[in-house]
Amino acid sequence: MISIKNLHASIGEKEILRGINLEVKAGEVHAIMGPNGSGKSTLSSVLAGREDYDVTEGEVTFNGKNLLDLSPEDRAREGLFLAFQYPVEIPGVSNINFLRTALNEIRAYHGQEEMPAKDFLALVKDKSKLVELDSKLASRSVNEGFSGGEKKRNEIFQMAMLNPKLAILDETDSGLDIDALRIVASGVNKLKSKDNATILITHYQRLLDYIVPDFVHILYKGRIVKSGGKELALELEAKGYDEIKKEFEIAD
Amino acid sequence: MSLIVDNKSAVTQNLLEQLQKGSGKIAFIPDAEIISAIRHLENKGIPNNKHEDYKYCNIEAVLRKEFKSVEQSFNELTNADIAPLKLEEAINLVVVNGNYNESLSEKIIVKGLTVKSLKDISSSQKTLLSSQAKSDTDALIALNTAFSNNGLFLDMEKGNVIPMPIHVIYVNSGNTEIVVNTRNFIHIQANAEVTLVESFFNTGSSKVFSNFVSEKFVGENAKLNCFTFQNEGPLSYSVNTNQVKVNKYSTYSNTTTTLGGELVRNNHNVELAASNCEVHLNGLFITKGTQQVDNHTLIDHQMPNCESNELYKGIAKDKSVGTFNGKIFVRKDAQKTNAYQSSKNILMSDDATINTKPQLEIYADDVKCSHGTSTGKIDTEALFYLKARGIGEESARKLLLQAFAQELIDKIEIPSLQERVLHLFEKTL
Ligand SMILES: Nc1ncnc2c1ncn2[C@@H]1O[C@H](COP(=O)(O)OP(=O)(O)OP(=O)(O)O)[C@@H](O)[C@H]1O
Ligand SMILES: [Mg+2]
Repeated sequence: MISIKNLHASIGEKEILRGINLEVKAGEVHAIMGPNGSGKSTLSSVLAGREDYDVTEGEVTFNGKNLLDLSPEDRAREGLFLAFQYPVEIPGVSNINFLRTALNEIRAYHGQEEMPAKDFLALVKDKSKLVELDSKLASRSVNEGFSGGEKKRNEIFQMAMLNPKLAILDETDSGLDIDALRIVASGVNKLKSKDNATILITHYQRLLDYIVPDFVHILYKGRIVKSGGKELALELEAKGYDEIKKEFEIAD
Repeated sequence: MSLIVDNKSAVTQNLLEQLQKGSGKIAFIPDAEIISAIRHLENKGIPNNKHEDYKYCNIEAVLRKEFKSVEQSFNELTNADIAPLKLEEAINLVVVNGNYNESLSEKIIVKGLTVKSLKDISSSQKTLLSSQAKSDTDALIALNTAFSNNGLFLDMEKGNVIPMPIHVIYVNSGNTEIVVNTRNFIHIQANAEVTLVESFFNTGSSKVFSNFVSEKFVGENAKLNCFTFQNEGPLSYSVNTNQVKVNKYSTYSNTTTTLGGELVRNNHNVELAASNCEVHLNGLFITKGTQQVDNHTLIDHQMPNCESNELYKGIAKDKSVGTFNGKIFVRKDAQKTNAYQSSKNILMSDDATINTKPQLEIYADDVKCSHGTSTGKIDTEALFYLKARGIGEESARKLLLQAFAQELIDKIEIPSLQERVLHLFEKTL
């Protein structure tokens, strides 16, 4: 699905990603954990194509294509989806209009015709149920005035609508109440298949109780310093990052 | 009429000669006013960028550079020329090169409504007119007063409510460079209600300088709801002055959309001369190439318990220049005034310019006034968010700009006009 090799990225003079290696195959769930500021969101932004970062070294192959050569929109059209840690409010653009445009541009990219309005609305209805998103939110401006939890739910709703191959969920669990966490997690689980893959960025084991990862990686100071199975997350939950920090602080 | 402005006195000399010959001046403007207009022109000249109010809008240079020809040849227009400019849900009236053209206009069968060529008004109608556009306030008004020889007279009798909008199509069209000084009187009597759309076009193959002055009077408890649609082409240079006076308990509103025209200067002056009235001025422009759009508003609160609201938005592309200058006076008797003003702009290129200047002068103590201006670039975070969902750069920009403008597009309550604006707006983005 995606293969990241020796990825370095910086902003201005500051190098933030310092040689990331990660391989995610179809059907897998990977969790990325790591202390604040370690570069998790930077990694997801770089993968999604945010232009603020300079990729200085490394390569990323996404379903056989050189991901770094693609524009952000083409990455999305190829099936990459980023659920933002901080979803953006866009006053005046309705969620529905936004999603219809997105869906149809993705379809056009794959040589498909526009989705008939009736089918689109049926899809909206169906997918908003999946994350129990209030139908009123679908007609409001994108994220405008949404509560923190509603924004996160809206991200997963969009993911459900666009049906990506690889979804990167950047702290989608933060800001969700206990019920919402369960709803969102079960939504993500329902969207899982042997043909797609998920990268979960999270600080908490709680999410991983619901969405069980196949692999857990620890990102620290721009590198994946440790990888393991789901037990690695439990270990972290118990011990914190102290050991990791001690072991790798020399690399600063 | 020739217009040579290199030399102030040449202009005015010319005018005085014409006046003496009595060459078709409008009868309702008294000679004394015309002569005083000419004196003002002579003293002040046509404003250039040294003139505070025309700092970003050098009319003198435009006239000097672009309008040299002495001979003017005006085009006649046919129904086929007008048909695409009409609005389906309105009564469409046509003014060609400043002259009301009855044969191109639709029949008016509305109780209480009179529309005429200014040349043709009766002496009793003349008494309705009291000129509010004063030559000493603006040289372009003086120019219009001096040169204008026709325009539109519209009167709505007391208590009548118009069942559908009136749409006045102003078309200028010449074979040579032409100068058109249209003068209008719109008179809404007490308790009457009128919706008026005014659209501006240039269908000719030559340059047009249009110096349009419209005097609007809104009687007691009357409503005048106006929509201005400006889509003159790249050969058009125009100054549009709306001189409005509102009376007790009346409401005046105007939403101006500017899409075309190489230079468009809008002077919107509203005198709230009585208590308890309400005024709404809205404007939306999108400029490209080397276009210049300059919105000047003057809201003059003279009496208590009135409200005014202004919302202007602009998008400037390429090397275009957009200006908003909004003056609000709250005079000492205008207690309990609510006056709000907002101007928001988006610069789409590094070469585009936006000038904003709010000016509040408040002499009453019990008032609520606020103003705000902002000029920025398109929100890159939002742009990235849209792109990250598969929306291409161009459609993402369009979505954001449309969202920015939506608030104003929503104010255009006439569906076919709204559609027209939306269509052109999207095309321009
Ligand atoms: N636009 C930017 N300008 C300057 N520094 C930046 C920028 N973006 C990220 N950084 C820095 O890069 C580092 C990594 O940030 P990033 O957001 O990727 O961390 P994170 O692992 O997602 O943290 P968190 O767990 O708090 O979300 C931080 O030190 C941050 O301050
Ligand atoms: Mg982060």
